[in-house]
Amino acid sequence: MLTFEPYGNPTYFALLGVALLPLMIGILYGKRSRLYETLISIFFLVLTFGGPKWTQGVALIIYILYEVALTWGYAVYRKQHNSGPVFFMTVILSILPLTIVKVTPAVANGQASLIGFLGVSYLSFRAVQTIMETRDGTLKDYQVMTFLQFMLFFPTISSGPIDRYRRFEADYRSVPDRDKYLGMIQKGVRYIFVGFLYKFILAYYFGTILMPKLQIMAMNSRGGFMDLSWPVVGYMYCYSANLFFDFAGYSLFAVGTSYLMGIETPMNFNQPWRSPNIKDFWNRWHITLSFWFRDFIYMRLVFWFMKHRVFKKPTTTANVTYIINMLVMGFWHGVTWYYITYGLFHGVALVINDAWLRYKKKHRQSIPHNGFTQVFAIFLTANMVCFSFLIFSGLLDKLWFH
Amino acid sequence: MDIKATVLQILSDLTGNDVSGAMDDNLFDSGLLDSMGSVQLLLQLQSDLGINVPVSEFERSEWDTPNKIIAKAESLA
Repeated sequence: MLTFEPYGNPTYFALLGVALLPLMIGILYGKRSRLYETLISIFFLVLTFGGPKWTQGVALIIYILYEVALTWGYAVYRKQHNSGPVFFMTVILSILPLTIVKVTPAVANGQASLIGFLGVSYLSFRAVQTIMETRDGTLKDYQVMTFLQFMLFFPTISSGPIDRYRRFEADYRSVPDRDKYLGMIQKGVRYIFVGFLYKFILAYYFGTILMPKLQIMAMNSRGGFMDLSWPVVGYMYCYSANLFFDFAGYSLFAVGTSYLMGIETPMNFNQPWRSPNIKDFWNRWHITLSFWFRDFIYMRLVFWFMKHRVFKKPTTTANVTYIINMLVMGFWHGVTWYYITYGLFHGVALVINDAWLRYKKKHRQSIPHNGFTQVFAIFLTANMVCFSFLIFSGLLDKLWFH
Repeated sequence: MDIKATVLQILSDLTGNDVSGAMDDNLFDSGLLDSMGSVQLLLQLQSDLGINVPVSEFERSEWDTPNKIIAKAESLA
């Protein structure tokens, strides 16, 4: 049976084009056919999770039923009651499958969990967010069908971008008018073509051609200080370039396809390499993930800490929460020392960054601010980020422990 | 109590700047507010004006200038 990685090869795009055409004509005439949208969603989901990967498909179906039961159950419960412990239990239950999937390889010699499937990490964000907004009372009108469409929206199911229930629902329930939709088609097509350049040319060159060579050279140059060598430096930049072009390319496909379907899925990248500091970097890199962490972990924790006066000073609250926030992000990537170190690195970087911004604000007169300092700040930030990606890449793990 | 004056007072305490001269400037772009500042703002609104805003109601683009924050506070009071 035919099976594909999402956006993996030309055939996938050809099928996508054919499947989207009737839907696009429909939207141009002001109509959305729920039936047709559901059919092509199922078609592409089967392409991704069917055939030889059918066990993943089964895992996905069971997972979805489980999350529907949780979110629906909680929405019904929340209409009558609002107890803290019930809310916490619901959130914990909703991330339980993800936790099992992430912890299993760490305790079972790298063996993958049976309940895992492509996209489980990303779907968990959508489920948790639905529960949290239900608790807050901002999401009042929970609908099982909308939730299913939101979770199973095929363009973004495997790796995001992570949309929000209420935002998705608003797009999904309406049909953009013709002028707006023509603009969206134009953007969508451009995104997909830039995605081709990123993913199939640049990421291919950096990731498939260059990176394996640099890795072999780095492994062969071990023996110096901490086994570091020039090939390791080369690998660091090459890996960073690959990570960016590969993931930004995928995200452009996902956003572009969404646009063609009349859904304005939020963008994931906004020129991250021109960030003058780490804080700004996280406003530009993997945006839907970092904003999710900001809104559902960072701000909530800060709110809780401040309301209960856990720390005396607001800066302590902010710093502790930065570290927790980024550590959780590290764990989310996987339970290995290098992902967790990567999280810690960014947590500490944010703390230092904030201290510097406060210092700068106080000494505005005496600290120069000009073109040169701006270029220097961008250069420093980009290199710090690339270094953090070297940790993230796991190459150090191979250099030191294999 | 005058909501506008209270909000401006909260903002000036939080940012260390008098923002009343730049009512339509984006506070996040200028670095005067961040996530931490947003939470402090929400808590202050709660204690000073009795306005309860859940964190998930806080959509940054609706709260990014002094004028918008005042409008939000007035609509929620």
